[in-house]
Amino acid sequence: MVFSIIDVAMIKAFFIALCLLIPTGAMSAETVQPTPNTVQQSHIRVLAASCAACHGTQGNSVGITPSLAGLDAGYFVAQMLAFKQGERSSTVMHHHAKGLNVDEINALATYFSEQKRHTSISPIPQQLKDTHGR
Amino acid sequence: MDDNSVENTTINRPRRRLIKAAAYTSALIVSNTSFARASKPPLGRVVIIGGGYAGTTAAKYIRMWSMGNIETVVIEQSSQFVSCPLSNLVLGGSKSIHDLTFGYDLVKKNHGIQWVNDTVTSIDADKKRVRMARGELSYDRLVIAPGVDVNYEKIPNLASAEAQALIPHAWKAGWQTVNLRAQLEAMPDGGVFVMTIPKAPYRCPPGPYERACQVASYFKAHKPKSKVIVLDANPEITSKKGLFNQAFTQTYAGIVDYRPNNDIVSVDVAHKTVTTEFEQVKADVLNVIPPQRAGKVAQSIGLNNVDQRWCEVDFLSYASTLHSDIHVIGDSVSAGLPKSAHMATSQARVCAAAVVALMSGDQPDPTPVFANTCYSFIDDRQAVHVAHVYRYDAAKKIMVPAEGGGVSTAPSDQEGQYAFAWANNIWSDVLT
Ligand SMILES: Cc1cc2nc3c(=O)[nH]c(=O)nc-3n(C[C@H](O)[C@H](O)[C@H](O)COP(=O)(O)OP(=O)(O)OC[C@H]3O[C@@H](n4cnc5c(N)ncnc54)[C@H](O)[C@@H]3O)c2cc1C
Repeated sequence: MVFSIIDVAMIKAFFIALCLLIPTGAMSAETVQPTPNTVQQSHIRVLAASCAACHGTQGNSVGITPSLAGLDAGYFVAQMLAFKQGERSSTVMHHHAKGLNVDEINALATYFSEQKRHTSISPIPQQLKDTHGR
Repeated sequence: MDDNSVENTTINRPRRRLIKAAAYTSALIVSNTSFARASKPPLGRVVIIGGGYAGTTAAKYIRMWSMGNIETVVIEQSSQFVSCPLSNLVLGGSKSIHDLTFGYDLVKKNHGIQWVNDTVTSIDADKKRVRMARGELSYDRLVIAPGVDVNYEKIPNLASAEAQALIPHAWKAGWQTVNLRAQLEAMPDGGVFVMTIPKAPYRCPPGPYERACQVASYFKAHKPKSKVIVLDANPEITSKKGLFNQAFTQTYAGIVDYRPNNDIVSVDVAHKTVTTEFEQVKADVLNVIPPQRAGKVAQSIGLNNVDQRWCEVDFLSYASTLHSDIHVIGDSVSAGLPKSAHMATSQARVCAAAVVALMSGDQPDPTPVFANTCYSFIDDRQAVHVAHVYRYDAAKKIMVPAEGGGVSTAPSDQEGQYAFAWANNIWSDVLT
C-alpha cells in the first residue's frame, strides 16, 4: 500500500522557518519551550478560537465583522463590558458578553492584543463535481 | 510514506516527548535527507475520519497547536466540501450550490495535513487500525467526525437512491439540494410543497424552519398561489420559536401552514403522499427529513451508546466513554446542545487541544468554555440569531449554556450581513 501524501514542500518550509527561528544546536531538552501548552493558555486559546466563526482565525476577519487581532486590550475590555452592561447596543454581542466573566474578558483582551493583524484568506468557491451522494 | 511508518506506536507519552520532538526536528534541519522519518513525528499519528466542519477543524488545530509535531491524516470520502449552512438559500434561489462548494487544497497545504480521499469501512479498536475501501492505516489516536447517518428504518421505501431522486432529504448539502431546487422551479404556481421534520434531536434545530421560510420566500415572489405545509413531529417549533412563528403567521401568512405534533408514519413515493398519525397529505414537491443518528462508521464499533443513536463522550476531551483513545466530535455526539457547524468547530478545538495535551503527557483543560452563534435566514436578506456561551459544569459533567444568551428581537438586514460574514469567516477558518 502506498500513501505518498506527505507534502514535502510544506515540511521543507517548516524546517526553513524553524532554522530562522532557532539557531541549530541551540535546542536542548532544558532550553526548548515548544507550544505554550499550559492549561490556562490552552483554555483561553480554545475560547478565543470559538470567536473565529464571526471574527476570523486568530481574530482576523474576512467579513464585515470587526477584526479583533491587535486590538488594544483596554479598548477590548471597555467594549465587552459595555455590551455586558447594556451600555453599548448590539444585535448579538450582548448575548456573548453577558455569558463571559470578567476574567475571561480580560484574558481574551490580552490574547487578541497579542495576535498579529493580517489579511485572512478565503477559500474560492468551485463547481460541485463530486459524485458522492449523487 | 512507506509501509513501516504505518506500524503502531504507544500512547500516553510523557510531556518530555514534545520537547524531544522539537529536538528531533532540529536534528533534521542539519540532515534533511531523512524526509521519510520526518513523516512520522515523535508524538505519533492522529487519524481523523470525516473532513466536514468538525474533522477539518480538528486536523488544522492539532497541526497548529502541536507545532506540526503530530502527524495528522484526514480520511474523507468526498473530494469537495459542500456547506450545509446557507444551503437552504439554494432552495430560496438566492445562492447556488457552487457558491457553497470548496476544495481542501488550502487547508491541506497550509497546515501539512495528510489527506486520503476514501471511505472508512471498519475500525479495529484493539489493533488501532482503520480499514478503507482502498487500504489501511494505523493510529495512535482516532477522531471520528462523520456527521449524521440519515435513518430510514421507519420509512424503508425511501432508503433507495431512486426513491430519494423523487423525494430528496437534502439534509446533507449537495446534489440532493440541487434536485430539490429543480423540483421547486419546475412546480407550477398553485402547487404544494410539503416537508416533514423529525423529532429532536436532529442536525441543525432551526434548519427545517429556515428551509420553510426560504421556500415560502421563493413562492411569495414567484409562485404566489403556492403553499408550504410543514409537518412537524415535534410539539412546537424547536428553535427560535417566536421568530419563526412570526415569520409563518405574518411574513408568510397564507403561504406557510405549520402543523405540529404530526409525525410521519409512511410515504407513498410514486404519489408523493405522506401519511402521519392524523392525516394524509399529498404534495407536488415533497421533502422528507428523516430521523438521524451518529455516522455509520461510529455505529460500526458501537460508539452510539445513547438511545442507540448518538455517542457519549467526555466533554473535556471528546474521548468516547467506551474507548479512551477514540474521540468523537460534531453531529454524532450526544451533547444535549444544538447540532450546528459552529458547535462542531468548537468541539473540534476542545478535542484538538486535549489530543495535543494527552499526546504530550499533559492533562486537558478541566474547564472548557466556548461561544456559539447560529444564524437563520428568513428571506434572501434578513436573518435572526441564537447565541450562547457554553461552559463545562464539573458536577453535571456536561457543557451548559451560560446566562445571558438569547435570540434576536426581530429579523434584520444587518443580521443578514452578519450571517454572511459568519459563513465567510467559518469557511476561512475551516478551509484555509
Ligand atoms: C440545511 C442545513 C442548514 C444548516 N445551517 C447551519 C447554520 O446556518 N449554522 C450552523 O452552525 N450549522 C448549520 N447546519 C448544521 C451543520 O451543517 C452541521 O452541524 C455540521 O455540518 C456538522 O459537522 P460534522 O463535521 O459533524 O458533519 P459534516 O459537516 O456532515 O461532516 C462529516 C464528513 O464526514 C464524511 N464521512 C462520513 N463518513 C465517512 C466515512 N466512513 N469515511 C470517510 N468520510 C466519511 C462526510 O463525507 C462528511 O464530509 C445546517 C445543516 C443543514 C442540513
